[in-house]
Amino acid sequence: MDIITVKNLYKVFGADPAKGLALVKAGNSKEEIYEQTGLTVGVQDASFTVAKGEIFVVMGLSGSGKSTLVRMLNRLIEPTAGEVWVDGDNVLTMNRDQLVKFRRSKTSMVFQSFALMPHLNVLDNVCFGLELDGMPRPQREERGMDALKQVGLEGWEKAAPGELSGGMQQRVGLARGLAMDPDILLMDEAFSALDPLIRSEMQDELLKLQDRHERTIVFISHDLDEALRIGDRIAIMEGGRVVQVGSPEEILQNPADDYVRAFFRGVDPTGVISAGDIVRDNQPKVIWHTPEGSPRATLELLNNQDREFGYVVGSDRKFYGVVSTDSLRDLLEAKNGKGNIEQAFLEAATPVQEGECLQDILPQVASHLWPIPVVDENNLYQGVVSKNRFLRTLYRAGNDNGNGNDLDQ
Amino acid sequence: MLRFEDQIIPLDSWINQFIDWLVEGYRWFFQAIKWPVEFTLTGFETGLLAVPPLVVILVFVAIAWKSSGFRLALFTAITLVLIGLLGLWEDTMITLAMVFSSVFFCVLAGIPLGIWAGRSDRFEAIIRPCLDAMQTTPAFVYLVPIVMLFSIGNVAGVLATIVFALPPLIRLTSLGLRQVHPELVEAGFALGATNWQVLRKVQIPLALPTIMAGLNQTIMMALSMVVIAALIGAGGLGSPVILGLNTMDIGQATIGGLAIVLMAIILDRITQSMSHKNNTQGGD
Repeated sequence: MDIITVKNLYKVFGADPAKGLALVKAGNSKEEIYEQTGLTVGVQDASFTVAKGEIFVVMGLSGSGKSTLVRMLNRLIEPTAGEVWVDGDNVLTMNRDQLVKFRRSKTSMVFQSFALMPHLNVLDNVCFGLELDGMPRPQREERGMDALKQVGLEGWEKAAPGELSGGMQQRVGLARGLAMDPDILLMDEAFSALDPLIRSEMQDELLKLQDRHERTIVFISHDLDEALRIGDRIAIMEGGRVVQVGSPEEILQNPADDYVRAFFRGVDPTGVISAGDIVRDNQPKVIWHTPEGSPRATLELLNNQDREFGYVVGSDRKFYGVVSTDSLRDLLEAKNGKGNIEQAFLEAATPVQEGECLQDILPQVASHLWPIPVVDENNLYQGVVSKNRFLRTLYRAGNDNGNGNDLDQ
Repeated sequence: MLRFEDQIIPLDSWINQFIDWLVEGYRWFFQAIKWPVEFTLTGFETGLLAVPPLVVILVFVAIAWKSSGFRLALFTAITLVLIGLLGLWEDTMITLAMVFSSVFFCVLAGIPLGIWAGRSDRFEAIIRPCLDAMQTTPAFVYLVPIVMLFSIGNVAGVLATIVFALPPLIRLTSLGLRQVHPELVEAGFALGATNWQVLRKVQIPLALPTIMAGLNQTIMMALSMVVIAALIGAGGLGSPVILGLNTMDIGQATIGGLAIVLMAIILDRITQSMSHKNNTQGGD
């Protein structure tokens, strides 16, 4: 059953939206309209439905209108034209009181920047929506504690949001949404501000929550992996237009146009997919605490975990080098159990930037035994790209390419 | 050829005519403005003068202690006793009454206007030049019409002070509201807040430190206006200063000035530590 139905939705930003609307409908492009009138077309002719209980991911690059689209669902942004139906009610004809009631009972929202109230503690933040609705303190705190429990933050209710890490703050944001017990959860790039490890943790958390209590989730993302991972269905947006809606498989197998094709597979995937896209933080990390870096303890750690390579990072996640069990053993032997971990660094193990595409990192991946460390522009360690992961990415992309071509022709 | 000797716009005489016309025709209107100010001022003044000095000192010390701590409390006690010993107790109380009354009306008008300016770009654009004018016009220029409209005395002094001290409160209230992160306002609406709830539960609490800084500025400016207000017959600490200057009695002028500075320090520290507390404790 469809819970959200969007029909021919438009948003034109600027002084005279009606004029822009007419121009869009007459078939002018976004760029032409901007040049002629200075009006910005945010969303044009978006139509789709969201079924009850599904995770519907709206994916697009920045500027594709996805954030505008989700804000029109609860009218944080007033649409220029079109229809939004939620649960049989026309959202766009609601008056102010009805809209407030709709936002309190039907929808809730989680933001990219968390948007927690700095003047309230964690519990009061979680209860904020309930407080707005006039629920008495004992009841709303009970609901709030329950929501905090769901996201694994019991014991933090008295903390100030600023004391929490990014991942925990977004758990509070999620709990704030859940406390309202909404039918629909709108998540605007909710995990995009988190670092990759925490992000996948939060994705798992969301899927777990979804297992326990099925809600309708409209999830905005620019991250392909994320969309494929959590999305039951995906809508792809480009330049304010919804270019395709379907399950991940459907879109992979039968892309609607070149944009979607490029988005998903690219003509040459090794030129499109970057190291940051496939980086995995699954190798042992060694934090460099003391000046010597305790090579012996590191060796033990690697032996215990049955790993060959360790990645030495500072407590600020700065990347320093890669050590192997062999190099550590050699060092300890040579220095009679002493020595600085620096001397055990593998000389050839230089990191690659997360923005470098697969083509560029191929030589390194192919020629070294260890998974290649990946850093961001601040030299912060992001994880590794292993041979295995690299090949599997190529295989998946190549496979899709083959199938897609067959279907196209 | 342009000869300025012959061609002069008689703006000054127009203004004179305008003021005369106001004074004659709208006396009732200005009396109506004057009445609540007079009422508040008299209230503060009789209150502060009726209470024994020791009680006033204790109240101030208690406030200083609560808002800041022992050091400010001690400073306040010493200062107020010193002022009394200098023979300026009554003048100081009158000045305080004038400052409190002006600040009372500044808050009454300034915070709503500031909120309006913070939420409406158009209103902000309208009120900005007015605030600039209020702050930059030399006080002497509007003292005369104020005297013509309200006659001399403490009430006229308070009204002049309000004109001068109001702008920072409006400005900083507006600024405080505008500094609230738009995502927080958006989150408020997304969770089902009404306009009023967003204002009360999101914007004002987050703007409070800035609003308090505005209040602090308003109090300071009100105090600094006290001497000037004495020119139009307002009493208080300004009168020994003016009197001392007129009679070349530097000593008297100096102790008057000293008392003003000391009061300024006390009021500044108290309000500053209040706004600081708001800042660190949040809205608990």
